[in-house]
Amino acid sequence: MNRREANSRAAMLSAGVDAPVFAEPWQAEAFAMTVALHDKGLFSWSEWAEALSAEVKKPGAASDGHDYYEHWLAALEKVLSAKGVAGKGDVDALAAAWERAAHVTPHGKPILLENDPGPTEGRGGPTG
Amino acid sequence: MADAAVAAGFWVQAIALAVGGSRSYFEAMSHDHDHDNELDPFAARVRALETILTQKGLIDPAAVDVIVDTYETKIGPRNGAKVVAKAWVDPDFATWLKRDATAAIGSLGYTGRQGEHMQAVFNTADTHNLIVCTLCSCYPWSVLGLPPVWYKAPPYRSRAVIDPRGVLEEFGLTLPATTRIRVWDSTAELRYLVVPMRPKGTEDWSEERLAELVTRDAMIGTGLARETA
Repeated sequence: MNRREANSRAAMLSAGVDAPVFAEPWQAEAFAMTVALHDKGLFSWSEWAEALSAEVKKPGAASDGHDYYEHWLAALEKVLSAKGVAGKGDVDALAAAWERAAHVTPHGKPILLENDPGPTEGRGGPTG
Repeated sequence: MADAAVAAGFWVQAIALAVGGSRSYFEAMSHDHDHDNELDPFAARVRALETILTQKGLIDPAAVDVIVDTYETKIGPRNGAKVVAKAWVDPDFATWLKRDATAAIGSLGYTGRQGEHMQAVFNTADTHNLIVCTLCSCYPWSVLGLPPVWYKAPPYRSRAVIDPRGVLEEFGLTLPATTRIRVWDSTAELRYLVVPMRPKGTEDWSEERLAELVTRDAMIGTGLARETA
């Protein structure tokens, strides 16, 4: 390891000491939904740790940890799919609907799913 | 000081790259014309899950907001600092904390909502303790809040076990070669809290004042309690 690598590794470990725990609002929501579902008894915390571990251990995880909540979200989707609560197809379709709804919502207005104009001709796909 | 500034700069840059790399929330937010919004794919998927889970009655969006608020503002390392300061001034509490940390910590009102057990590991003149979760990111939430980014990142998770002394040096903590380092690997069921040594010259300090010396990193083991000025 050269000096530059050593420096950047040190920076990775010790920097960001006071970085906010959630970098973006969706991360906080994904986290809180998981806690709420556990409270509801949908899964045990060991089950959750196992699912999360499987995701964060996949090759390609960023060494600075910035993608941690992306893994968290992937783990949550897998658990919900395995439990028969939300299948990938349903989530894909609904996520697309949310993206379309966001696109037609003016800045400063809340994004509402009912504003989804629906998929455009030729793009296909079910609506939420 | 300069090093810290450089390090912080690096971190901001890394986050900016990370965020800028994918299609972006910040980019959307920085447009100053008012034609549309964009939800990045992660945000859209979270909304999709929220919609499904709410429809199925599995979550209540208001309750989810409360959880976010709790973890962002109410639970944090100040809880743990109070536990440590109490252990420093109250030998009975320290004994209880050593024997049954879950109950001792619970007596102060801090209980883990995942039903996990707590174990307090005490630093001594010849043993330093360090906590990690090699599995994922298990962390004593009830006393420390949510873990810092580096705690969840692969370099710390893998290297804390292999080379704890080297990792501590990167945090600016060089321990004497004679100090033994014990690394505790957290799990979903068992989480650890490091009780750092009480700084010298604080014999007549109040519990409240002592708690201010107890940093988050001291309770993870990547630091020591603050020295008195």
